[in-house]
Amino acid sequence: MTGGPALSGHFEIGGKLLFAPIELSLAPGEWTCLLGASGCGKSTILRLFAGLETGGVFHGALSSAAGQAAYMAQSDMLAPWLDVTGNVVLGQRLRGEAPDFDRARDLIARVGLAGHEGKRPAELSGGMRQRAALARTLMEDRPIALLDEPFSALDAATRAQCQELAFELLAGRTVLLVTHDPGEAARLAHQVHVLGPAGLTHSMRPEGAPIRDHAAAETLAAQVALFDQVRAA
Amino acid sequence: MSEGGVSEGGVRNGRLGNGRLGNGQLGNGQLGNSGLSNSGLGRTGLSRVGQVALSFLGVVALWYLAIYIRVPFGGVPLPNFILPSPARVAETLWASRALLAEHSVTTLLEIVLGILLGVGFGMLTAFGFVAWPWLRRQGQPVMVISQAIPVFALAPLLTLWFGYGIWSKIVMTTLIIYFPVTVAFFDGLRRTDRNLLDMARVMGATRLRRLWLIRAPAALPALGSGLKLAAVYAPIGAVIGEWVGASRGLGYLMLLANGRAKTDLMFAAVIVLACLAVALYFTVSAIAARLARWQPETG
Repeated sequence: MTGGPALSGHFEIGGKLLFAPIELSLAPGEWTCLLGASGCGKSTILRLFAGLETGGVFHGALSSAAGQAAYMAQSDMLAPWLDVTGNVVLGQRLRGEAPDFDRARDLIARVGLAGHEGKRPAELSGGMRQRAALARTLMEDRPIALLDEPFSALDAATRAQCQELAFELLAGRTVLLVTHDPGEAARLAHQVHVLGPAGLTHSMRPEGAPIRDHAAAETLAAQVALFDQVRAA
Repeated sequence: MSEGGVSEGGVRNGRLGNGRLGNGQLGNGQLGNSGLSNSGLGRTGLSRVGQVALSFLGVVALWYLAIYIRVPFGGVPLPNFILPSPARVAETLWASRALLAEHSVTTLLEIVLGILLGVGFGMLTAFGFVAWPWLRRQGQPVMVISQAIPVFALAPLLTLWFGYGIWSKIVMTTLIIYFPVTVAFFDGLRRTDRNLLDMARVMGATRLRRLWLIRAPAALPALGSGLKLAAVYAPIGAVIGEWVGASRGLGYLMLLANGRAKTDLMFAAVIVLACLAVALYFTVSAIAARLARWQPETG
């Protein structure tokens, strides 16, 4: 814990407890995975870290990542009126900086979208849009990446591809990945936390270093263990 | 409002009276022709153009029917000053083309300037409402209540304040389209995808930059809808303004022609106005479609 994003406390919406007191910190340079059912509050935690509105009240201590984080979500959040390049440099324009088109072109090529720079999101497939969003995330060049189920709307093969690409390109950064997919957690995470109404009910470090082979026995074992934990939470 | 303007043109062409069947038929032929040349124009969409021509012919037929419906029952055809025949209107349209064009230019100028001003003020207002919530709290009720006053009721006042020239009409047009444009753009600005705004916030955008780079472009399709409404309302504003007091413009020409029982000229002016309005609507629709070109249509 070298001053990375961390929180300890509980969260209420309209006076109702969303999750019981928890302690969570993101280890620098690692993928921390927050696993849980829909509506358990994992996105809320991510939004707390991002410094976004949550619609409720957090009671406790929060060391947020606002200002140091890039954000990626299930909906690609690409501006539909901008082409790929325009979306990748949007962050710079929003901060009033001069767009760095060379770097944008380079990153677009690295996510495998070379030749599609001038296309609008509507002209791209779901996987391509998520790769464009990844290029935009990398363009932000922030030490922390907050990923809110970025791959869950993709088909299995595309999802695996995007996971690998994201893991490779985000290497060295502190990543919080929110997901409801035990398989994804087992594959990508250094550290997994299972979140339920009672708080963080289970934490584990799957064997081996990510990114893990999805078919390896220990990956599958971790996946099964996590699945049981999610059901129990 | 002098008597000078009107009589130069073809107004007295059609003095000869009611029973000119021959002429009527001739005119009918002409109209049919224009329908045909229309359908020749767009060969690819022949069926559609054909449909338009057909319904046009239908209207002309009904028009004639209305004029002659009393004849089988021993009556006389409707007199020209009640309902001139399409042929006679077409004749007047052609003979008075210079006069009509002159007054059309005035009306068109009022409409276009009114739209530009109304859209400009409307967009500024919507921006202001979103950028400064206190402005919205103060301004929105005033704006809504002000809409309870029929703009037409203000027309005499506008003429008093802005004179008989084009400015009172421009202000009238501006007022009439201000509300729909403001509401449409404001709704668009407010309904911007929350995810995009969150993204922009995480990226470190200031409020104004979020407004300018995210909300504004996202609201352009909604603005397009407002513009289409403006295109429909604007001619109404200009013409009403001209009715109240003017010395130029199609609305003025209509009143004048009506007062002198030159009903054919009045019809001609109405037809020109309708053509202007339709052309305006299609132009603005094209602009609106361009504003929304990134948004796929689903219906």
